[in-house]
Amino acid sequence: MRLSDPAQIQHNYAQLAAAARESVARQAQRHSINIRVGTASCGIAAGAQETFAALGEAVAHRKINARISQVGCLGHCYAEPLVTIHHPQSGLPPLLYANIDADRARMLVRYFLEQGDPCLEHLLAALEPNEVVPSVMDFTRFNQEKRIVMRHCGTIDPERIDAYLALDGYGALAAALCRPTDAVIETIEAAGLRGRGGAGYPTGRKWRMVREAPGRQKVVICNADEGDPGAYMDRALLESDPHQVLEGILLCAYAVGAGRALIYVRAEYPLAVKRLQTAIVQAAARGLVGRSILGSGFDLQVQVFQGSGAFVCGEETALIRSVEGFRGIPRPRPPYPASHGLDALPTVVNNVKTLAAVPPIMANGSDWFRSIGTRESPGTAIFSVVGSVNHPGLVEIPMGTRLRQLIFEVCGGIPNRKQFKAVQIGGPSGGCLPETLLDLPIDFDSLTAAGAMMGSGGMVVMDEDTCMVEVARFFLDFIQKESCGRCTFCRIGTYHLLQVLQRMTRGEGQPGDLDLLKDLGRDIQMGSLCGLGKTAVNPVLTSLKYFQAEYQAHLVEKRCPAGACRPLTAYYIDLDKCARGCDVCVGCCPVDAVFTTSTRKKGIDPELCVRCGECMSACPSQYDAVRKVSPPQRAPTVKRPESAQKGT
Amino acid sequence: MPQTDLDPAPHITFTVDDQPATGHRGQSVLAACLQNGVYIPHLCYLEGDQHPPAACRLCFVQIQGQPQPAAACTTPITAGMHVLTTTASVRQLQKSALRLLLSVHRIDGKRCSANGTCQLQRIARHLGVGLNPRPLPRLTEFKPIDHTHPWISHDPNHCVLCGRCVRICRRIHDLPQVAMTGRGFDTQVRLLPAGPGPSGELCRQCLACVKHCPVGALISRIKPLA
Repeated sequence: MRLSDPAQIQHNYAQLAAAARESVARQAQRHSINIRVGTASCGIAAGAQETFAALGEAVAHRKINARISQVGCLGHCYAEPLVTIHHPQSGLPPLLYANIDADRARMLVRYFLEQGDPCLEHLLAALEPNEVVPSVMDFTRFNQEKRIVMRHCGTIDPERIDAYLALDGYGALAAALCRPTDAVIETIEAAGLRGRGGAGYPTGRKWRMVREAPGRQKVVICNADEGDPGAYMDRALLESDPHQVLEGILLCAYAVGAGRALIYVRAEYPLAVKRLQTAIVQAAARGLVGRSILGSGFDLQVQVFQGSGAFVCGEETALIRSVEGFRGIPRPRPPYPASHGLDALPTVVNNVKTLAAVPPIMANGSDWFRSIGTRESPGTAIFSVVGSVNHPGLVEIPMGTRLRQLIFEVCGGIPNRKQFKAVQIGGPSGGCLPETLLDLPIDFDSLTAAGAMMGSGGMVVMDEDTCMVEVARFFLDFIQKESCGRCTFCRIGTYHLLQVLQRMTRGEGQPGDLDLLKDLGRDIQMGSLCGLGKTAVNPVLTSLKYFQAEYQAHLVEKRCPAGACRPLTAYYIDLDKCARGCDVCVGCCPVDAVFTTSTRKKGIDPELCVRCGECMSACPSQYDAVRKVSPPQRAPTVKRPESAQKGT
Repeated sequence: MPQTDLDPAPHITFTVDDQPATGHRGQSVLAACLQNGVYIPHLCYLEGDQHPPAACRLCFVQIQGQPQPAAACTTPITAGMHVLTTTASVRQLQKSALRLLLSVHRIDGKRCSANGTCQLQRIARHLGVGLNPRPLPRLTEFKPIDHTHPWISHDPNHCVLCGRCVRICRRIHDLPQVAMTGRGFDTQVRLLPAGPGPSGELCRQCLACVKHCPVGALISRIKPLA
């Protein structure tokens, strides 16, 4: 590849960036008010499309000169739909509003934009520090986060390349194209970037292996086959800032000498696919993708490949097989894809987050990146924190942050005054960590040592009402369904484990079941062919290690301490507390299991009860008479009187 | 790399259970051991495979200096390598994998077409265990035998999903008449119901898949079975 004059590349880029800045500025000037609605998949699920439409109608109806644009995801799922309003004439900074449905959107237009009242009761915070309203930086959620990969998420229009270019986007690419390819690899190596897909393999080392592998053709694959239950980091990134990912791909391809790049996205992410395709078309139109990028002589074709949703296709060898048109099934490594990948060509397979971290590193240097995070795991980690936390969502925190800080400060702790019980990190391949390990720093090595793993960044927080046996069963059920069926341990072994866990949650555990779980679990871990099988038993083994008493309770006492396994629980009504004449529980019971006793108090027929818990949540708090016990024999028997037959 | 170009020239010497052995550069530990007369349990290995599937997880060996056992079919031999085939952890993994396979394998005894030649029987004998998967329960609900192919029947109750039939068919004919279908626990080998025509005739003359089946899951209907 013959590269042209660096000055020419810089000149080409400067022209592009200047034109983009001008276009963005021109657009800003045309409208006195700028409104941004977060319409990534998460926002849309919360009703952002309706909000967007309502804003548009209201603004048109009231003849307000406002521009309404769609942006990606800010990561604050608990507050969706999120709307940002910048109304400079009001003297206020850009304001971020939470939970704006269509009605509130119309109200904001009427009261704020027309009449000047900023409706502060719906405000989350101001986006910039100011004298009038609290800014986002006063909140733990914002000030403890460190956004590198997600720096533009939720603030720029993902479908407009100019928005990215105007913020010096593709600048790192232009600078890199003026330097030898080795300089890029050296910077990434010096930065100590580790793969964000889960295993934490040094990215620079992988790139060098591909660079030095024999053969003229190389391939870059961006792995966006995100499949962990409850994880959506990659989707949010692709939907919110596709150009940063694309720039990372370009940098990687330049570094390893690839002429072809592929983005493997699940077909279940239609919006991500659409925004990526738009981004590629726009970048190609500006000479940033295709032949002689920025006039440098470096060519790269970028394609989007839609995966069909098999979890195991996130494993790199299975992913490559499925692109090649075969069954998506892992193959033994070595040979690694770095020497023998797609169509037997040397191939880099990197996660979305890894590639998206590259442009900021190239722009700011490796020392800057090393200054964030820990020595062994520099940079930031992105987690989608879900489950029992007050503020679920996407968070980007420096590596080395303690779990306790992430859960209780950044994500606002456990709702409803419940007790923290466990946190599941790393998806179905990760582990369940108990409260005693909450002071563990979040980095690749600490989590692996504790039996969990970084994974791609799914994090499920569980409170006291969660049964660990049931959680292990849930994740194993997922793995069992997603096992490709190739190797003995994963195909048959996980099936046996699932049978054991299922009978334990039904109270039918047998002596020796715990040993079976442990022994077979260890064999599956050691004997399986690919990473899916090797890590499939982590949720079982870690929960068994840290919550053995709970397993024992299920096995020996047929008791579920959390009261979550329905066959092991029973509801009864405390007759001392039950109020005469209150019929709330009778009305809400879906199976007519609640009856009236001779004293006009209530009882529950254990034969009919399906343990849905409706009566418990319906019982007025001043009585609080419904009790849940485990094992079911502990519930006192209340006879249904003859006169109160079912249905009367 | 698995064995690709068998270069006969450079012989490599290594040891298996402290006995000297030789092999070719690029040969897998499994192939070299079998060549030297050392039996290592295996089901899915098919001689001449460029990319062994390493699916049956039975051919574990301990390479001295490595933290844990490795599959012999995908580990290339190196000069001076010390291979141990009978360590406790190797045996534990092999017995565990065999138990798993037996837990979904219907034992038909004398009625089984492979009785006496069944590789599962051989492996169990080699490991000194019986055909009972204890402590695992048997999960053998009866699956119907597939008679749709004109010459060959497939008994999923016996199949161990080693994939040898799929690979040998692809190797010989390049147009596979037999393939893996389904995923996970429900994976099944299926024969294409080749109707009358050249492919049905091809199968009748070939029957390589039947010959290569280690457990008698593929049964030829051409001549009456003994």
